[in-house]
Amino acid sequence: MTEQITDKQEYNITVYTENQIGLLNRIAIIFTRRKINIDSLNTSPSEVDSIHRFNIVITETEDVVRKVCRQIEKQVEVLKVYYHTNADVIWQEMALYKVSTDVIAEKVSVERLLRENGARAVVIRKDYTIFETTGHREETDNLVAILQPYGLIEFVRSARIAIIKDSDGFNRKLREFERLEPGEDVMENEYLNKGEKVFTM
Amino acid sequence: MEVTQEITIDTPKKETVEVSGSVALLEALITEGVETIFGYPGGAIMPIYDALYDYNDKLQHILVRHEQGGIHAGQGYARTSGKVGVVFATSGPGATNLITGLADAQIDSTPLVCITGQVFAHLLGTDAFQETDVINITTPVTKWNYQVTDAREIPEAIAKAFYIAKSGRPGPVLIDITKNAQIQKFDFEGYVKCNHIRSYKPKPVVRHQYIEQAAQLINKAKKPFILFGQGVLLGSAEQEFKAFVEKSGIPAAWTVLGAGAIPTDHPLNVGMLGMHGNYGPNVLTNECDVLIAIGMRFDDRVTGRLDKYAKQAQVVHLDIDPAEIDKNVKSTVPVWGDCKETLPLLTALVEEKQHTEWLAKFNDYTRQEVEAVIEKELNPTSGEMTMGEVIKQLNDLTLGEAVIVTDVGQHQMVACRYAKFNKTRSNVTSGGLGTMGFALPAAIGAKFGTPDREVVAIIGDGGFQMTCQELGTIMQTGINVKIIILNNRFLGMVRQWQELFNEKRYSFVDIQSPNFVTLASAYGIPGKTISEREDLPAALKDMLDQKGSFLLEVMVTKENNVFPMVPQGCSVSEIRLK
Repeated sequence: MTEQITDKQEYNITVYTENQIGLLNRIAIIFTRRKINIDSLNTSPSEVDSIHRFNIVITETEDVVRKVCRQIEKQVEVLKVYYHTNADVIWQEMALYKVSTDVIAEKVSVERLLRENGARAVVIRKDYTIFETTGHREETDNLVAILQPYGLIEFVRSARIAIIKDSDGFNRKLREFERLEPGEDVMENEYLNKGEKVFTM
Repeated sequence: MEVTQEITIDTPKKETVEVSGSVALLEALITEGVETIFGYPGGAIMPIYDALYDYNDKLQHILVRHEQGGIHAGQGYARTSGKVGVVFATSGPGATNLITGLADAQIDSTPLVCITGQVFAHLLGTDAFQETDVINITTPVTKWNYQVTDAREIPEAIAKAFYIAKSGRPGPVLIDITKNAQIQKFDFEGYVKCNHIRSYKPKPVVRHQYIEQAAQLINKAKKPFILFGQGVLLGSAEQEFKAFVEKSGIPAAWTVLGAGAIPTDHPLNVGMLGMHGNYGPNVLTNECDVLIAIGMRFDDRVTGRLDKYAKQAQVVHLDIDPAEIDKNVKSTVPVWGDCKETLPLLTALVEEKQHTEWLAKFNDYTRQEVEAVIEKELNPTSGEMTMGEVIKQLNDLTLGEAVIVTDVGQHQMVACRYAKFNKTRSNVTSGGLGTMGFALPAAIGAKFGTPDREVVAIIGDGGFQMTCQELGTIMQTGINVKIIILNNRFLGMVRQWQELFNEKRYSFVDIQSPNFVTLASAYGIPGKTISEREDLPAALKDMLDQKGSFLLEVMVTKENNVFPMVPQGCSVSEIRLK
């Protein structure tokens, strides 16, 4: 059991899909069926017109992640699935913090702390001020801990978005997909050539 | 630029006809080559049924007695004909009654297009009468589903539905059409079949390097062993498969759904895999050096305990579905692709061989199994009748030419083990889902799918009572389906497990049955009950000689067990003969 637990790590799953009602559910149930919790999920139009990009984060073993990815890619409206460890992606989350403007005005230290943590004021009102930061989970968490003693009123964090370090984007690939007989690049399992590092089918 | 474009665009305006969504749907079905629909009307699908009234000469609609019966009939039809089964049901309960069949078709890769009616689009989400969120309910059990709320979407949705259902690894598709879309008139430009969806790649590209690697492994193997499944049938690759087996001389064993891909009596057909499969194929899985899996998915009923499954073997896995490769058993060489394409490539590279000594090992195990199990099951001389002898005597009469449709349980395992199949698409059973109640409606569909063949449904006393309302469908259509009920007055398979693993604590397996012959006669179907061995040959012959349907109930011994058996959690080589 302990061995299994140590094998688990965060994986960033990138899914390119058509924009179709119900697809989110079709993808989500592939995780829930195996009782896997989705740590973070972001979906948004990609750089390619009409193609959506999902970023999904789960904590699992690579074996399970690979099987799940194949089952996602099997869905009719899914074009392509990739998975990567945190080391293979650049990722960010965004956080918003609401604090009382009075506190900031009175306590010089708060202003300094905010600056040290790279926070930027988005809205400043008489009663409250909203700051924004982006960063890894620990960084955004850290600022929560810092602001807590000064009466943090409200806090929210976005899902993770991640860019794959070793990727040429999707524009060229999509043109392949639109052909009746796509090339091996689109159809095949590159992990067989590249080893276990980068997975794509 | 814009000006030039306007000049060059000179396509003549397509001729259009104003039709309702319902008519567009039926025209689409006709263009797809649909001849038979299994269905049941209801409020939300009434406009489609109204349109169907005028299509009686072009589309045969079979009125079933329950939507579950409708979809199992659609499955039986698809399995014997190789075509897409088409099923109609109304919204709400009509649609939810399809779920079992959808799950069954999904796990057994059966191509279906199900059309469900839905409430008016403006009522969606309001808990309207007979409204159910059918798309979300069916998502886990369909290959694809789509809700149509505008008639203009119908031609494209149906085209995609048929393309997706039958291409690649087949599966069930459901199209949910709101009532307003069924009624709405629109300019129908004619129906265009779909042959490409950019996000959907039904067949992986065949990579020759893996074919070569596979051939090298196979040529070096001393004890190679082929496992084949329904993929061979679904790919219509029976000839290609036979050529591969015969050239390579490798013993081949089948999964339940792969039965009939090569004839039962083929010298290289060494039998059935899995929990109640044959002795040799199970034991020797753990002795072979190269395992060649073709169109099968290493179901847990086939593999038994996975960490003790074929660990000594190099595995070559041929499958059209990339998600199946390495899902349960790690492959040494993955050969992705349609086996209709990959098998001939592989056959060309494998050496012509005979594995005489290795094959003799299988035959040794067969002899042991005959002695310990098969002989007394097929040729008993005393005591009550066995299920096996009924199947054996049926073989003697049908000579392996009949379509055998089975339900789920002991009789299913016995029928699959002992039935002879000379032809492909002859074994129709619920393999993956294990759906009791499957056989009677599936047999009806199987008959419509292959009207010229004899269709024999073999059903237990339990399963028959789950869908026996479909006797009404037989009555109304007047089709010829032979029904054999193997009555052991128990839910036999569960009873067997309770005997073997729960110290004979027979918990709710003692099932009473109605008088099946009287029940059949209420539907105008003749029948007979026999309990004596000497009556069996004549009773089977009389049944087969009947022009129409017939129900034969055979009282078999109550507490017989199906052996061999790989107990749950055990390795395939720990298979028990008793």
